[in-house]
Amino acid sequence: MEFLLQQTVNGLTLGSVYALLALGYSMVYGVLKFLNFAHGEVYMFGAFAGYGVLTVLGGPTGLLVPVWLALTLMFVGAMVVSSGVGLALERFAYRPLRSASRLAPLISAIGASFFLQAAALLLFSANSRSYDAPTLIPIANGLTIGPINVWAVRVLVIVTAVVLMVLLTWWVRSSRAGKAVRAVSFDTEAAAMMGVDVDRVIVVTFLIGSALAGVGGVMVGLVFGRIFHFMGFIAGLKAFTAAVVGGIGSIPGAMLGGLLIGFAEAYTTAYISSTFQNLIVFGLLIAFLLIRPSGFLGRPELVKV
Amino acid sequence: MSNIGVDSWVAESAERDERYTGWAGPARRLLDRVPSGWKLLVFLAVAAVYPLLVPQAGVRIGITALLLAMLAIGLNTVVGWAGLLDLGYIAFYGFGAYFYAMVSSDQLSVHWPTWVSIPVVVAASALLGALLSLPSRRLVGDYLAIMTLFFAQVFLEVIVNFERLPGVDIDLTGGPNGIIGVEPWQLFGFSLNTFNRNFYLLLLLLGLLIAVLRNIDESRTGRAWRALREDTLAAAHMTTPVNRLKMLAFAVGAAIAGLTGTILGPVQVGVFPNNFQLLFLITIYAALILGGLGSIPGAVLGAVAVAFTPEILRNPGTAGWLFYVALAVLLVSLLRKRAMVASVFVGLAVFGYALRFTLLAIWDESILGAANDTFLSRLLDSWLLILGPAQDLASNYAFVLAVGGMLGVIVAKGWWRVALLVPTVYLAVFVWENKLALQPSVTRQLLFGGVLVVMMAVRPQGMLGTRRVEIT
Repeated sequence: MEFLLQQTVNGLTLGSVYALLALGYSMVYGVLKFLNFAHGEVYMFGAFAGYGVLTVLGGPTGLLVPVWLALTLMFVGAMVVSSGVGLALERFAYRPLRSASRLAPLISAIGASFFLQAAALLLFSANSRSYDAPTLIPIANGLTIGPINVWAVRVLVIVTAVVLMVLLTWWVRSSRAGKAVRAVSFDTEAAAMMGVDVDRVIVVTFLIGSALAGVGGVMVGLVFGRIFHFMGFIAGLKAFTAAVVGGIGSIPGAMLGGLLIGFAEAYTTAYISSTFQNLIVFGLLIAFLLIRPSGFLGRPELVKV
Repeated sequence: MSNIGVDSWVAESAERDERYTGWAGPARRLLDRVPSGWKLLVFLAVAAVYPLLVPQAGVRIGITALLLAMLAIGLNTVVGWAGLLDLGYIAFYGFGAYFYAMVSSDQLSVHWPTWVSIPVVVAASALLGALLSLPSRRLVGDYLAIMTLFFAQVFLEVIVNFERLPGVDIDLTGGPNGIIGVEPWQLFGFSLNTFNRNFYLLLLLLGLLIAVLRNIDESRTGRAWRALREDTLAAAHMTTPVNRLKMLAFAVGAAIAGLTGTILGPVQVGVFPNNFQLLFLITIYAALILGGLGSIPGAVLGAVAVAFTPEILRNPGTAGWLFYVALAVLLVSLLRKRAMVASVFVGLAVFGYALRFTLLAIWDESILGAANDTFLSRLLDSWLLILGPAQDLASNYAFVLAVGGMLGVIVAKGWWRVALLVPTVYLAVFVWENKLALQPSVTRQLLFGGVLVVMMAVRPQGMLGTRRVEIT
């Protein structure tokens, strides 16, 4: 029982990160009907940005500011850098191809993803970096819920993710800009005719999606410790799976999908074997794509002739 | 003038004149009149002479180029002709290579004769391709791409992690170490165990494949594929058997990849999971996109260019020439007036010397390092700052600033562009001499990624492709 609860907490933590990444994929797909392959690299740069901020602030051992301030600054720094990368992608890799064939933006995205990986390799070299979170937030700090002890880091990750998702849902539902995003993702042409600035909406969507990915990157650094230039690829694939499973284009769907994939991975690693974890996730994706491509909460896409 | 009853070549002559503009126009028109069979023979003849002129290392690179060319024309069938984005192509290559390795080495102590193993491997690859095409009945575009990408990942995971079937203690795939000791082809008593022999084998196969594919392209099947690519729904309404065609495209592409895989084993005397990573898939795509999607000569040309680039990059001298020539060409194409180009050079000189003077005044000569061992580097050493101890850190910042500058240059216009180009070009040269020239493998990755993005934005049809207009 205790083991199950522990794995559930692991699943929640992983799921929060995947949910944040999947939100980026879902929002961009909803607005542009296009899969941003390079989203994983945005997340990777966020993780490294957080590491950079941590180093500037003195590193995990010699912090110059209180821990809570350091963490906030790390998150903010990661959001800034990730948004920058995401916006650059949108402006230079995707916007010129808005009216091109279906293949062109996909190939451009693959190329951009590759370029960003190489840039990270150039800037950070192939060595992995460590956040050394246990020094930052000692494992001794933690919440004891029932029979299990949850590390403070994991609580932080889960709480931050929940707060961000609540904020996002509120924003999309109540603010004008959120309404514009919903309008553009529902029917781009009609929204344009109603006076919505579609370019602006797309920029805002990329901004928010990338910022969330940046936060996810810092979280992964805090919980799992190691960050390296290739981490965006696999995480990107899994987050994409989460987005599809939950229903691509739907925000609650991305959150649901993220949690599901997080649980699937945690339970597989615990009860079967860690070699299988990637395969199970990929298998889930293939099954969903074949049986119900619109996922749990997505709208089945109608093709107009 | 009505075009009814007129030969299609004649009818298209006006369109051709319109298309072939510019200084290469008359040459291209002339080239168009030469039958493609002759062009293929000329290419084969030139390539056949190649091994006689270069050392064994050069022949090895030639083999890489030919392998890449075969993969590119196979991928062209799936992506360029049928319009199905297949990101799992590398798995077919790997499957062919591993299957052949398993039946032609000591791994399982099975040694099938070549005339048995090759057809079996090719047929099995085609079958696998047909299997993978089944999802394409329901999925299009992005979803199909993701599905195939995942399939490639699954394939990699399986060969690395699952070398043993559960319960059975036979090492099938060698896991992360791959299979070594793969035997060469044995044809007509010849054992194809040297680079030269494999080179000619590849050339022969390439020639045959090109001829066969060209014939398919000009047949009903080729036209049906083109209809499928342009508008699947309309093609289906015109009674084109869409699902069967997708299966055929996948199967043909997979068969070609499988065949290529069977030659990889003998050349490398082994097959390793490292050969089938995403990096190589991107390389094949870069070759195809660069050469021109949908065009066989484009695919071959792109493959040759992409295969020789790492060799050019590895040698610092030629890499430097490549970089500076590309930079110059870029400058000329970005700026409209000659005065602008001249002012960029003048600005660069001034900027460079001023920066050097200032920094040497603040810190002394100790920040400088040795110039790289190339002609151009030594030439620029007195103008450019080639740093010593702070080289890595400064190059990192310079790289980020240079990328930002390049993006700004794209956005800026007129003389603002000139103003922004001066520091950007300086930073680019700085990063090159201080970092990129010293790390050719990373530079190659940067280059391929960048090429894909830029080509899609600037010239999506590649070198020899034709511009497609998508009607949505």
